[in-house]
Amino acid sequence: MQPVVQLENVTKTYSNGEVEVHAVRGITLQVMPGEFVAIMGSSGSGKSTLMNVLGCLDRPTSGRYLLDGVDTSGLERNERADLRNRKLGFVFQGFNLLSRTTALENVELPMLYSAERISSAERRRRAVQALDIVGLSDRAEHLPNQLSGGQQQRVAIARALVNRPQVLLADEPTGNLDSRTSVEIMGVFQKLNEEGITIMMVTHELDIARFCRRNLIVRDGRIVRDEAVPDRLVAAVEMQRLREAETAAKLIGST
Amino acid sequence: MRLTATVVIALRALRRNKLRSVLTALGIIIGVAAVIAMVSIGNGAKSLVEGQIASLGRNVISVFPGSATTGGMRGGWGTSSTLTIEDAQAIEREIAGAVAVSGEVRDRQQVLANGLNWNTSILGESPGYLSIRDWELSSGAMFTAADERSTAKVAVIGQTVVTNLFPDVDPIGQTLRIRNLPFKVVGVLKPKGFNFFGSDQDDVVIVPLTSAMRRVSRRQNLSGILIQAQTPESISRIQQDITDLLQQRRGGREPDFTVRNQMELAEAATATSRTMTALLGAIAGISLVVGGIGIMNIMLVSVTERTREIGIRLAIGAHDRDVRMQFLIEAMILSILGGVLGVALGIASSEIVSSQLGWPVLVSTSAVVIAVVVSAVIGIVFGFYPAHKAARLDPIDALRFE
Ligand SMILES: Nc1ncnc2c1ncn2[C@@H]1O[C@H](COP(=O)(O)OP(=O)(O)OP(=O)(O)O)[C@@H](O)[C@H]1O
Ligand SMILES: [Mg+2]
Repeated sequence: MQPVVQLENVTKTYSNGEVEVHAVRGITLQVMPGEFVAIMGSSGSGKSTLMNVLGCLDRPTSGRYLLDGVDTSGLERNERADLRNRKLGFVFQGFNLLSRTTALENVELPMLYSAERISSAERRRRAVQALDIVGLSDRAEHLPNQLSGGQQQRVAIARALVNRPQVLLADEPTGNLDSRTSVEIMGVFQKLNEEGITIMMVTHELDIARFCRRNLIVRDGRIVRDEAVPDRLVAAVEMQRLREAETAAKLIGST
Repeated sequence: MRLTATVVIALRALRRNKLRSVLTALGIIIGVAAVIAMVSIGNGAKSLVEGQIASLGRNVISVFPGSATTGGMRGGWGTSSTLTIEDAQAIEREIAGAVAVSGEVRDRQQVLANGLNWNTSILGESPGYLSIRDWELSSGAMFTAADERSTAKVAVIGQTVVTNLFPDVDPIGQTLRIRNLPFKVVGVLKPKGFNFFGSDQDDVVIVPLTSAMRRVSRRQNLSGILIQAQTPESISRIQQDITDLLQQRRGGREPDFTVRNQMELAEAATATSRTMTALLGAIAGISLVVGGIGIMNIMLVSVTERTREIGIRLAIGAHDRDVRMQFLIEAMILSILGGVLGVALGIASSEIVSSQLGWPVLVSTSAVVIAVVVSAVIGIVFGFYPAHKAARLDPIDALRFE
């Protein structure tokens, strides 16, 4: 089987005038279809930079990046936009939903920019389906400011999913959420992963990384550890545990 | 990305900022309204003047006493009195293509009949006068050349005179007295109403020119000569022939007459309105440009404000063309909206002006179409830079923008 993501000695150097920042210093990595990878590392280690390269939002300074076997380094702006639209789904820490635009319309957005022509009825149908996957079909007509953080992030995930990407990329998707909501989101990711979508996400939290199948540790722009998760957490089980703990806390509090 | 989706996106964005959208379009609204009102009122005024000039008659050439080159034109006309009945007769005899010629004396007199009296204008004319002015009789007949030769005491009267002197009798065959001389009414004119200068064209008594000169005003000189050309094409030639003839009749003396045709009168009347139109047009053009700059300004603000939105769109696969179109269409919708509202406002205000001044208003379809097209073009021109700026944004920078 061919890796869906393949990095060969990728570097990224920012140069602000005289100062050069080597954010990524040579990363070689292969991710097979169906993997669920967490990328961890201290602040400033280059995780977001790596994610932006993986997401075709940014070009590497050197090295090769093959997405689904296609070398992306030679592609121009609009070709990379097409890749982002068709093959990649991106979830941001800050949700990045369009304000004053309903959840449904936010999810429809990637289809507006698809090369294939999708009728508005079909757009709507697919958007509702995507919202259904993340458990939000009853909030379709809500505006982002009428949704909780967890719900907003689920809308963002639905938007990332709606064009059926091969890889779902998420940069600290739970960074703005409390632990319970984070587990909820990880539940959504696990479900998607079980359906075959490759997921790569950045997280600071060890607990969250344990929901994934493979963990990478980045330090100073290099991968310093790459290991499978031995005792993987299952979101459904964790949710149940959280609920029990809450009930227990309430009982204690009320007596 | 499909155009309809882009239009929907642009409309949504504008709807979110209704007040701002309207204020942005205001420059265009005012500019277009000014253009439409100006063109409509101008056209109305022009048609009014043209109608009045046409009511002077068909293919008419007028000769006035007094020279246009010596002294002021207006001061010259009619003040020095040097046109004679022989001049008129010479024109009638010698100018080819002049189908009717009428020397003219004008006077105001008290007219009595039936124990009633009425102050009216007395015109001394030749029998061809009605044909020249394109006037028609409602009853009776015009006096004849024989009447003119014999200085007959006959008259053709207008409707106002009928109303005032012959309220209950058929005026034909009745007698009216001018300067105590009895004139027999032989014809009554069809009513024509007021002319461009507001005088009542039906308040008139027409008598043979010779009778007017010898019996009524006792003058040797004419107030003018009216000539009708056979065809519009022959007007300028006949005008020249008349000038030559009268010049020749005066030997080497300074010309003491002026020959004008209807077209020249019409031109003089429309020249002022044309100057006004040009001036207003310039103002309208400037306000459209100012309106366009207003749109550009707001679009630039909007692009900055919505940098994050642009970043999101680019991140999920928008091409730079999609973003450019989105903002361009927004600018175009703004300016077309301004154009359409401006047309409405322009028509409304010209209607108000017309009802106040009693002028007709002619809203020209071409002006409306041009106004809307021009405002769309303004949207494209002034929206292009902001749209281009938006399309050039880097997705990562745009997403990081605070
Ligand atoms: N646009 C930029 N220009 C210059 N330097 C940059 C730019 N973006 C990131 N960097 C630098 O690159 C390095 C890596 O940044 P990056 O955002 O990838 O870190 P990170 O691992 O995502 O950190 P965090 O966990 O805080 O999000 C940092 O030193 C940062 O200052
Ligand atoms: Mg980061």
